[in-house]
Amino acid sequence: MAAPQTLFDKIWQNHVVERSDDGTCLLYIDRHLVHEVTSPQAFEGLRLTGRKVRRPEATLAVADHNVPTTDRGAEIKEEESRIQVETLEKNCAEFGIPYIPLTDARQGIVHIIGPEQGLTQPGMTIICGDSHAATHGAFGALAFGVGTSEVEHVLATQTMIQAPAKNMRISVTGTPHPGILAKDLILAIIGKIGTAGGTGHVIEYAGDAIAALSMEGRMTVCNMSIEAGARAGLMAPDDTTFAYAKGRPMMPKGDDWERAVAFWRTLPSDQGATYDTEVTLKADDIPPLVTWGTSPQDVLAITGAVPDPAEEADEGRRQSMERALEYMGLTPKTPMTEITIETAFIGSCTNGRIEDLRVAAAIAKGRKVAPGVRALVVPGSGLVKQQAEEEGLDRVFLAAGFEWREAGCSMCLAMNPDKLAPGERAASTSNRNFEGRQGPGGRTHLMSPAMVAAAAITGHLTDIRELD
Amino acid sequence: MDKFTKVTGIAAPLPMINVDTDKIIPARWLKTIKRTGLGGALFEAIRYDKDGNENPDFVLNKPPYRKAEILVTGTNFGCGSSREHAVWALMGFGIRCVMAPEFADIFYSNAFKNGVLLIKLPQERIDDLMADAEQGENARITVDLEAQEIIRPDGEVIGFDIDPFRKHCLLNGLDDIALTMEKAEAIEGFEDTQRQSLPWLYS
Repeated sequence: MAAPQTLFDKIWQNHVVERSDDGTCLLYIDRHLVHEVTSPQAFEGLRLTGRKVRRPEATLAVADHNVPTTDRGAEIKEEESRIQVETLEKNCAEFGIPYIPLTDARQGIVHIIGPEQGLTQPGMTIICGDSHAATHGAFGALAFGVGTSEVEHVLATQTMIQAPAKNMRISVTGTPHPGILAKDLILAIIGKIGTAGGTGHVIEYAGDAIAALSMEGRMTVCNMSIEAGARAGLMAPDDTTFAYAKGRPMMPKGDDWERAVAFWRTLPSDQGATYDTEVTLKADDIPPLVTWGTSPQDVLAITGAVPDPAEEADEGRRQSMERALEYMGLTPKTPMTEITIETAFIGSCTNGRIEDLRVAAAIAKGRKVAPGVRALVVPGSGLVKQQAEEEGLDRVFLAAGFEWREAGCSMCLAMNPDKLAPGERAASTSNRNFEGRQGPGGRTHLMSPAMVAAAAITGHLTDIRELD
Repeated sequence: MDKFTKVTGIAAPLPMINVDTDKIIPARWLKTIKRTGLGGALFEAIRYDKDGNENPDFVLNKPPYRKAEILVTGTNFGCGSSREHAVWALMGFGIRCVMAPEFADIFYSNAFKNGVLLIKLPQERIDDLMADAEQGENARITVDLEAQEIIRPDGEVIGFDIDPFRKHCLLNGLDDIALTMEKAEAIEGFEDTQRQSLPWLYS
């Protein structure tokens, strides 16, 4: 009998084209998602060498990073952004790659539209020139975020050269308390293992708290695998996955669907499969979490206080804490709930899906955004926006004083006009609180969509459990 | 890709941990459609003040380090975004080699695809090299990829490990796409088999 395998081992083995003596593999890539920021130099490389795209039909492109979230019909005002989007359009036309235009309702953040369109399927290998590709792992697809040279390599050859990763299993057991969302689970995980904790590994998320999540919640968790340093994140496909997947435009149909599901059911890790690293968290230990510093591992319970570098023994860590607090404009020992904000951002590939908008709207309903707070809701895709509008969520947000925008990456990385001013402080559902991430000098606190909505209402970081 | 064989040059100390790619180059520089011209934006937020003037305390603004070719830094360098612009910015400045206890995975892969050598060493060795790099004009270090050796200013030699395939590509300046395209038959064979077993992936 064959040795028990993990989900990762199975997908990897299913995609090896060639293995060298040192274990490095030429790995087949089933699907490739392309966006405007990391692809222009790759297409230019193809042109310079006279190469073609090997499987344009296995590739899907959309503009998301640069796009304004205000008037979708208008021309993009910022010249460089406009050129980048136009360059993507031209490259897709030249190389025959399907492209979703800005005016199409299906346009949105690349990691939101892949699952939405049914491009993302269990057992696949997927790459994207964006580190949040791990999002697709929620379906049991092995998805790598890569740089531009790798994008070019996959465009030309539909393969990548890689050594196998190590297996890590992170189990979240038990049932979370009410109000604890998928974002809290992944922040807890990153807080525990650190931003380099997953380096060299593919993380498989397991345990009843993970299995109980909706697909939206699972995507939120897998999305931030890169913030834990991992090459990818994975979850076992199950009935929740298949129920979400069925009937989506790019999913197999009819007999193929039945065959696909039968195949997908063979993918979860075998009983007795071993992992190089195992981590376990108890769901009922996890409170609503927020970040205080400039790394996603700087995680703290909302009931906590800004840490004091003087209490840190390690010199390197103390210095980086001091620098983070200076950048963030925070004083040690300040209770987190006393930190006031100027901006609230709900959106991104981490938390821009319908379920995220629903929980935020539930908080916003019948309340008002605090005076002086700018609150943005940016749906992850045109279809998410459409669905939210059908459910009346846009009216809830607008009545509460939130802005209701068009789909895009927006303030998550501030490549479009949505950005923080120097010193401006935000509660954000995005994935990175790095210095300057949401605009030069901007200060970011990461948290769940419910927590951001609550902060928008009160004007300060707020324990969702104590909102009146 | 540029070859990397042997580099002798000034090593700059950057004793920070978890240097993320947003810090190496902020997102606003990602709007370019070229690989070149990013050296001036390297470490922008810490290298310049609000008005765009050089911050005199930042290491790469100090005279001997303005021509640094080697960077010695803390663990988990290059974490965060997959932007290859981080590597292009380092190259644009003139950095050919970075030494740290650990690098983030995507950054690691991106660097080698551009002929930038990343060397992982135990923390104690990085501490030694960091002290060397603090010596200003005397912070001259040699990196010999063929021999897998670092030669410190005092002549001491430190060996380092590197994946044989990456070493081969760097020494010869090889384009790995061309190498993979030679395997077209194997790739076609894979596709034929997969088309049989999972036909919906091809419909």
